[in-house]
Amino acid sequence: MPKNENLKSILIIGSGPIVIGQACEFDYAGTQSLRSLREDGIETILINSNPATIMTDPSMADHVYLKPLTTKSIIEILKKHPNIDAVLPTMGGQTALNLCIEADEKGIWEDFEVKLIGVDIDAINITEDREKFKQLMGRINVPVAPAKTVTSFLQGKEVAQEFGFPLVIRASFTLGGSGAAFVHKAEDFDELLSRGLEASPIHEVLIDKALLGWKEYELELLRDKNDNVVIICSIENMDPMGIHTGDSITVAPAMTLSDTAFQRMRDLAIKMMRSIGDFSGGCNVQFAVSPDEKEEVYAIEINPRVSRSSALASKATGYPIAKVATKLALGYTLDELDNQITKSTSALFEPTLDYVIVKIPRWNFDKFEGSDRTLGLQMKSVGEVMGIGRSFQEALHKATQSLEIKRNGLGADGKGYKDYNQIIEKLTYPSWDRVFVIYDAIQLGIPLSRIHEITKIDMWYLRQYEELYALEVEISGYDINSLPKDLLLEAKQKGFADRQIAHMLDCWESEVHKKRKELGINRVFKLVDTCAAEFKAETPYYYSTFEADIETPDGKRYVANESKVTDKKKIVVLGSGPNRIGQGIEFDYSCVHGVLAAAECGYETIMINCNPETVSTDFDIADKLYFEPVFWEHIFDIIQHEKPEGVIVQLGGQTALKLAEKLDRYGIKIMGTSFEALDLAEDRGSFSKLLKENDIPFPDFGVAETAEEALSLADELDFPILVRPSYVLGGQGMKIVINKDDLETHVVDLLRKIPNNKLLLDHYLDGAIEAEADAICDGEDVYIIGIMEHIEPCGIHSGDSNALLPPFNLGDLVMQQIKDHTRKIALALNTVGLINIQFAIKDDMVYIIEANPRASRTVPFIAKAYGEPYVNYATKVMLGEKKIKDFNFNPKLDGYAIKQPVFSFNKFHNVNKQLGPEMKSTGESILFIDSLKDDEFYDLYSRRKMYLSK
Amino acid sequence: MKYQTRKKAIILLADGTIFHGKAIGDKDGSATGEICFNTGMTGYQEIFTDPSYYGQLMVTTNAHIGNYGTTKEDNESDKAKIAGLICKNFNYTYSRPAADASLETFLEESGIIGISDVDTRALVTYIRENGAMNAIISTDVDNIEGLKKELDKVPDMNGLELASKVSTKEPYYFGSENASYRVAALDIGIKKNILRNLADRDVYVKVYPYNATYEEMKEWNPDGYFLSNGPGDPQPLSEAIDLTKKILDEDQPLFGICLGHQVIAIANGIKTYKMHHGHRGINHPVLNLKTGKGEITSQNHGFSVDKAETEAHPEVEITHICINDDTVGGIAMKNKNCFSVQYHPEASPGPHDASYLFDEFIDRMKVSEV
Repeated sequence: MPKNENLKSILIIGSGPIVIGQACEFDYAGTQSLRSLREDGIETILINSNPATIMTDPSMADHVYLKPLTTKSIIEILKKHPNIDAVLPTMGGQTALNLCIEADEKGIWEDFEVKLIGVDIDAINITEDREKFKQLMGRINVPVAPAKTVTSFLQGKEVAQEFGFPLVIRASFTLGGSGAAFVHKAEDFDELLSRGLEASPIHEVLIDKALLGWKEYELELLRDKNDNVVIICSIENMDPMGIHTGDSITVAPAMTLSDTAFQRMRDLAIKMMRSIGDFSGGCNVQFAVSPDEKEEVYAIEINPRVSRSSALASKATGYPIAKVATKLALGYTLDELDNQITKSTSALFEPTLDYVIVKIPRWNFDKFEGSDRTLGLQMKSVGEVMGIGRSFQEALHKATQSLEIKRNGLGADGKGYKDYNQIIEKLTYPSWDRVFVIYDAIQLGIPLSRIHEITKIDMWYLRQYEELYALEVEISGYDINSLPKDLLLEAKQKGFADRQIAHMLDCWESEVHKKRKELGINRVFKLVDTCAAEFKAETPYYYSTFEADIETPDGKRYVANESKVTDKKKIVVLGSGPNRIGQGIEFDYSCVHGVLAAAECGYETIMINCNPETVSTDFDIADKLYFEPVFWEHIFDIIQHEKPEGVIVQLGGQTALKLAEKLDRYGIKIMGTSFEALDLAEDRGSFSKLLKENDIPFPDFGVAETAEEALSLADELDFPILVRPSYVLGGQGMKIVINKDDLETHVVDLLRKIPNNKLLLDHYLDGAIEAEADAICDGEDVYIIGIMEHIEPCGIHSGDSNALLPPFNLGDLVMQQIKDHTRKIALALNTVGLINIQFAIKDDMVYIIEANPRASRTVPFIAKAYGEPYVNYATKVMLGEKKIKDFNFNPKLDGYAIKQPVFSFNKFHNVNKQLGPEMKSTGESILFIDSLKDDEFYDLYSRRKMYLSK
Repeated sequence: MKYQTRKKAIILLADGTIFHGKAIGDKDGSATGEICFNTGMTGYQEIFTDPSYYGQLMVTTNAHIGNYGTTKEDNESDKAKIAGLICKNFNYTYSRPAADASLETFLEESGIIGISDVDTRALVTYIRENGAMNAIISTDVDNIEGLKKELDKVPDMNGLELASKVSTKEPYYFGSENASYRVAALDIGIKKNILRNLADRDVYVKVYPYNATYEEMKEWNPDGYFLSNGPGDPQPLSEAIDLTKKILDEDQPLFGICLGHQVIAIANGIKTYKMHHGHRGINHPVLNLKTGKGEITSQNHGFSVDKAETEAHPEVEITHICINDDTVGGIAMKNKNCFSVQYHPEASPGPHDASYLFDEFIDRMKVSEV
């Protein structure tokens, strides 16, 4: 059956700014969806207020509206496009669904004769309303945990009395588990109940009996209009029930499920999806399984939309869920669609994996001082990484190596905990580091049974850990010369990094690397192909592993490598790793554009990244995708295999930039701005010398490596002083101090957290205005792509400030200084590519705060506001393919664009919400205003006065 | 726990290619058979005990095997029937409260050896490109010439009759004597879950050995007949083919699965052929041509029914198609109460999407009663 021919023009709703619980996975989903609609010749109209997205690129949809996600905007759009036939609200997370429901309640869809596709409102209402959901499950005989819905405090108390403790409180219609909590003791109940009721927009919570320690699973489903249902992926949470799945370490495929239990779950999931309504698209179902011989399966929830887990499932299996879900919403059936990976078999099938993926969330508790760091029902992570390996152990290791938290994997880096009580405490109250603490516990000799008793983590996983540790012990009995080949190969197969093995053998990482090269233990690359090699696949989606030998009949030994190297000239783009505060979706935006621009220049493009939420890790973006940790060893092996012309490091944020030094040392070419220049800009001493030589003013500063030095420096600089470590992200550890006591405390604290760091002390220009400029430089000419003026004064991190493009009250003299300084610095640093410079303006004098010769957070914003492909241009400059003068710049903007930061403080209670030099926002939105008379601007501007009066 | 290193083992393919790995367990030994692969991510015990795999060296593509141990409940026959196991990561320990033994113990009890730590993905790719072939797995890694000689003795699967090796010797009953229907089932390698599916639908089953005659079966006065799944080539199964012809002559309700389906085709004069490397897994899509709906099925076959001959046959129609390669998934006879499928509606392992076929069989027996 062909698709529904009545659908010619479709509105897609995006998910808005990034918040905890709703991140860039929806950019990935929306982008796939838009492309999928395009393939069918459908006119696409998009609304999303988040400028740092690929989906909002002018090339992605026919009409892009960077507008607030409100029904007012929806009406505006529908008036302008009366031809819109349908709205697809399932690609923009809960935000889009909520907006869709609101518009439905207001009768907007009906007024404009717009059909809802991919979902139905009843289905959303049933699945979001826990009472209705529970009743429905009862009717179709699907077991659920005993639960009751309450809408008042008093009702809640009664239910607690009936059920007893422990209990779970969940607020209805919320994202990422806001307002959800475990209640272990009666005395905590009152507060948590009120908090839940407050978090729910309809003042409703569900109180259910806690299934503590039950195993937790998720299934990703797709259904077409013929009611064909397929399960795309099964995901097992290593952390059992009790930790939000967004905060859980998850594994695919399910590791500890028998076929009997899995099929029971599959049957229930299909029954549930069919019961909630008659729609075509994606769906996510969560289950709990009792950890006893009964293997009872309870349904937890069902989400009739593309979810965070579906992005993970897409990357885990290679099956593009959002893309196919979109086709199904158009009326296609699964059997009519091709498997996008094999191109020869059907989309009506269930992917099978011959590898394991492990997802580990990335938390940023350091940014939320005072917050409760214990994991629970409310999601607190800000990003995630995925590791792919041919075993759970390898995948787990690769995921831990991807986190960029200065760990090399599990164990063997001298960083583990050694105190018994501390370890028990950390096992009991899980936080960001429990994945490491399990290893420490085993190392300390704590019995697995005890670890299981505390954590309820399935013994299977604990035994995998135990074997890793046993191998570490075994290897530690050798030295680099005596280590047998088999043991080294097994260590590599289990994911131990060369660095870890070096630690065990007490030698250098390079010696281990050399030894394994000599022994022929080489990384090989395997394909993610949805079908365990049953069919030939065309898609260039690779991960690395180590394999045993194969011998041809004539005695030639080899190891099978599926990544064939072409003779084309190649460029590697290093991705930005997991999202975190200060380094989010903006950098993925830049990486994607870098890849596309390099392809336009005739390069074969190679993307390396480990973040499953992103567009850059969509196998359709680069010519080759290596889903690998952005970790030296992996990158170096890929580069040795591919032999690219060079590597682009200035698009992937600090993650990629940090690797520049080593790349340079190993003689690998860095495209664009050289390592020396990157390093010069980071080194405050040399950089200020450069500023001095160019007659550019900067606040007085000094460098200190001890508290002693800092204190004597303070005498020269005068308080207030801004203290910060070098080589960090998003102002991590930055603080303004006003006296010597504060200074000493902060310096001691910083040096404890980041030992051997050089601390920078600046005299802080009190009450100054902050501005920043982004520019492209080709080494000869500089083009300033945008200058933004912050509304909040200097001292609030630029990522947390509201900012206007272009500046709204800087005089000609100031503007001229900004432009002159930008040009001079860009040229003096020999920038080839992008540069971002931050300024403090006081008494009409422009001072330089810092310069970063790389893509900044603001580049996507400026590109969107002006409608210009700046990253594309910058990449062509980096590659030496184009000069500034080759471009025809034509920025278009009437009025102003305001960048508004968005925070996720509601996920953390008791957290310090005060803004300062350390960034805390998780996302941003764009707001266009015609003039400064706009109310929204006036509001923001009045806040500036508030800051200044403090 | 002390780290265990395992002894070396190899797979030698008939064309001389060698895949290196490690022996599962401590025993030395060799095993031969035709090499095939199964892509299921769950259900290894059901696969290993499925009599259809008799004589085959099984490559499991799932990264880990043995995670949840084994339990008698999950057996599809009395013991493991595969000739040997080839896998990537073998779990010596397991985690499942309902399990009663590790996979290692289970295989040992069935006298089955295996090899792990093999680049199974490369091996599957090799089979995909070069076709199914005979192979030997062995711990005797330095005696390639000796292994080659062993391997030469292994018969070709084409034309090989294996049903007699796995069939019951004596008839037996399954289900409740007081059930509403009686089905006479021919065991040419029957899986237990077929019997369970029938019994759950109010059927009393009598299971007959592979060489049972129509007369023997008819004497029991069944309401319907069933031809089971099983190993090997269907063409040498002359007794089963004769039996089928007689059931069809008298137009008794007849249902066949897998090998049974192939026997029904042959009884109708349609030929079967050996596939390049077959279908084995639990994610295979089938399109039901009557309803237009898809189903995800459990499949396990190395032979298939010729599509062109089926299409040209005046009395047989194709009811189901395997979507991935457009081969015959199921047939029905136009004027007779007979239908069959190439895949496994009894699942175990695999999805239950096709269990409606057992209901259809019951309906067909009902109609026949009227």
